[in-house]
Amino acid sequence: MDSRTLSHLRALEAESIHIMREVVAEFAKPVMLYSIGKDSSVMIRLAQKAFHPGKLPFPLLHVDTTYKFEEMIAFRDEFTKSIGADLIVHTNRKAIEEGASPFKLGTGKCCALLKTRALLDALEEGGYDAAFGGARRDEEKSRAKERVFSFRDKFGQWDPKTQRPELWNLYNSKVEKGESIRVFPLSNWTEMDVWSYIELENIPIVPLYFAKEREMVVRGNQLIPLEHNMPLAAGEEPQLVMSRMRSLGCTYCTGAIRSEAATMPDIITELVQFRRSERENRIIDHDQEGSMELKKREGYF
Amino acid sequence: MSASQLLRFSTAGSVDDGKSTLIGRLLYEAKGVYEDQMASIRKSTINRSTGPIDFSLLTDGLRAEREQGITIDVAYRYFATPKRKFIIADTPGHEQYTRNMATGASTADLAIVLIDARKGVLPQSRRHAYIASLLGIPYIAVAVNKMDLVDFSQSVFDQIQADFSAYAKEIGLKNLSFFPISALDGDNIVEPSKRTPWYKGTPLLDHLESVPVAEDRNYKELRFPVQYVIRPTLDFRGYAGQLASGLLRPGDEVMSLPAGRITRVKEIPSFDGPIAEAFPPMSITVVLEDEIDLSRGDMLVDPNYVPHVSRRFAAKLVWMLDDNGEPNRTYLLKHATQTVPAEIRRIRHRVDINTLENIPAEQLALNEIAAVVMETRRPLYFDSYAKNRAMGAFILIDPISNLTVAAGMIEESTPDVVEPLQLRNLEFTGEAVETATSNQLTNAERYTRAGHYPATVWLTARRGVAYLLERRLFDLGCQVHVLADDSESHLLPELSRVLSNAGLIAICSIASPDPAERDRAAGFAAANRFLEVPAKELPARDEDAVEVVIKRLEDLGVLRRKDRFERGEGI
Ligand SMILES: Nc1nc2c(ncn2[C@@H]2O[C@H](COP(=O)(O)OP(=O)(O)O)[C@@H](O)[C@H]2O)c(=O)[nH]1
Ligand SMILES: [Mg+2]
Repeated sequence: MDSRTLSHLRALEAESIHIMREVVAEFAKPVMLYSIGKDSSVMIRLAQKAFHPGKLPFPLLHVDTTYKFEEMIAFRDEFTKSIGADLIVHTNRKAIEEGASPFKLGTGKCCALLKTRALLDALEEGGYDAAFGGARRDEEKSRAKERVFSFRDKFGQWDPKTQRPELWNLYNSKVEKGESIRVFPLSNWTEMDVWSYIELENIPIVPLYFAKEREMVVRGNQLIPLEHNMPLAAGEEPQLVMSRMRSLGCTYCTGAIRSEAATMPDIITELVQFRRSERENRIIDHDQEGSMELKKREGYF
Repeated sequence: MSASQLLRFSTAGSVDDGKSTLIGRLLYEAKGVYEDQMASIRKSTINRSTGPIDFSLLTDGLRAEREQGITIDVAYRYFATPKRKFIIADTPGHEQYTRNMATGASTADLAIVLIDARKGVLPQSRRHAYIASLLGIPYIAVAVNKMDLVDFSQSVFDQIQADFSAYAKEIGLKNLSFFPISALDGDNIVEPSKRTPWYKGTPLLDHLESVPVAEDRNYKELRFPVQYVIRPTLDFRGYAGQLASGLLRPGDEVMSLPAGRITRVKEIPSFDGPIAEAFPPMSITVVLEDEIDLSRGDMLVDPNYVPHVSRRFAAKLVWMLDDNGEPNRTYLLKHATQTVPAEIRRIRHRVDINTLENIPAEQLALNEIAAVVMETRRPLYFDSYAKNRAMGAFILIDPISNLTVAAGMIEESTPDVVEPLQLRNLEFTGEAVETATSNQLTNAERYTRAGHYPATVWLTARRGVAYLLERRLFDLGCQVHVLADDSESHLLPELSRVLSNAGLIAICSIASPDPAERDRAAGFAAANRFLEVPAKELPARDEDAVEVVIKRLEDLGVLRRKDRFERGEGI
């Protein structure tokens, strides 16, 4: 390989940094959505590189459903402090007070209130005209056509027909007041790229990604972490299972996988051998064929 | 894994040529198809009748198109082999989707053009080839598909290869490779097929893994558009951006545009430590030795290879919206890191992509391609798209709907683009433009006689400085003239241009300069021949101020060093 050719990870890195700088240069008030997951961790590292030696020139926004893992919240607070980031946490308090929970409402309705609604409210309250998200195109079929700069109307909604063609690295950042852009700097990254980059860069991630014996409810071929007083079905017994999370969300909607992978190299090896789509275990995608597309139209990230 | 390279490719084919099947096959073969995606395909109830696995269902994404059974927008797919990671821009082949094809092609290192072996090279195939050439895709892989339906006939394949090659030559398409494949059965995709013993080439995937990615990259002519200024503290000022071409190392001499100032790179700091040599497409931050003030949209270039600097240039446009494009409407033009108001000054002709004929046109409709003359309100710094993709590409945005309406590729300007039209602003067309004859004076002759290059010096207010500068330059042997008529200040750009054309140094001295006029004058001047010295940078004494300006003219290379000049060692 020519010494003047970037490895694919460095080429992706260069592209993502370009995207982030473009947003900060062209928008009045950007924000970065911070989910605490591995993609967010990569996104933050890229932002640190993009604006080095300065600090992140935008706040991080965490939409907290209150159904997250405790380990995630602890990691969030410590990590964001260590890098001197400005963290905003938003929760749909009203819905929580009215008793919204995945156990009661079912995952679809719960997501709509605690994630989608909460996110839209937080973005509106903050007056943000651009919001970075860590979504990747390889995650799900409906995302394959998502733009890097994804246009949202005044209601935060996405319409496949109003998406703008994107050519070269020339992004169209024009929006009217109230409209906004969701920006996906990791669009061209795959799950494997994300893990390889975390390893290459030694990026801190939530320990939930590493295998450990954890208390789980085994339901069909899904493992559901026993947290937040999850109600058990008749005959169900929690078990200690050697397991880890492949993606992080709310405890009830993040299925775990059986795994022995306790280190970064283990995780990558596991990924190579056992390539299941990242979202296999995220219950929300199973609701309905094409359900992610419906959620996106409503404003879900 | 981390040392593998990235290859971006696009696919083009007419409906049913087997594009989705080929991509599905590549993903599947590269183990890029995850188990559960396979599972969800098997339970899918879309009514299509095919063999055991319909690979195309792996790739046809959105609900709407699954329902209609056609692909309607650009979709991006990913797969990796140990050698490379691939990004596929999957673009639909419908006649009305030129727009999508151009989008997918814009970032591609390679295009796969599918041809149905039974049908041969159709008008659609030509259209795909033309768009690939228009968007400057460096490599073309022609996949002759459905070879199983023509008994893997060598003569069928050879005929298609000959037909396509002939057309490619006509449109200047280079680096062609041909593959006889069956996307459905997997022939010559990953393994050489036993059914094509006559085919001596490699399977398609081998080609994708080995085609040079960055071979044609330009490491010579530095182009660094300033994207963002990083100023965390008062002592640090870094210019952030993605290197479009050329190399950058600490100590390198660079020229800033539009100011034309020369300085050196002090360092290229990064999160991972200082960078010794930056190359495209790295995203970097540059710290300069001198405190010069650059902002987004400015550019650092190699002083020995300056780009074109102009408000007017020739370009090809691909129109992307239902709302027709027409001359004299204002659009926003985004080029590198600049966004400027722009107009289509005129449509030279439209290109019929089936026949390649040039057709007169008043307007541009969706999916049409045209050659136009663009005019921007401020000068752009650019190269032709053929020479430098990043420096010749632009998009047009409608300022009312905010939609992206066109993709543009800058062409080398011909005299009819620049000269007569710019002079028409002056309203003395006829007398200023002479038709070129063998007797016509060349610039080289003018400059040699004068002993210096022409230049436009933009000074504000200090008339004393202007006349003293004129005197000093005159005494040095320069051809020089002060333009100082405040009542006619709107003519300054044009007048300075005429003086420059005649080889003179024009000193514009204006009491209350209009920034638009300054921009116009800068646009008319060549890149390193426009010198603006703001009042605050001039010492109080006129004599000292004149020395500063002369020094700048020397830095720009307009004058040879004064001492040598005085000893008669002019050019
Ligand atoms: N016999 C044969 N059929 C093919 C081949 N490739 C694709 N097809 C069939 O051609 C039809 C159109 O394929 P599809 O991939 O949807 O074409 P697209 O419109 O270009 O995406 C489908 O019925 C495929 O099964 C091939 O190599 N051989
Ligand atoms: Mg298709």
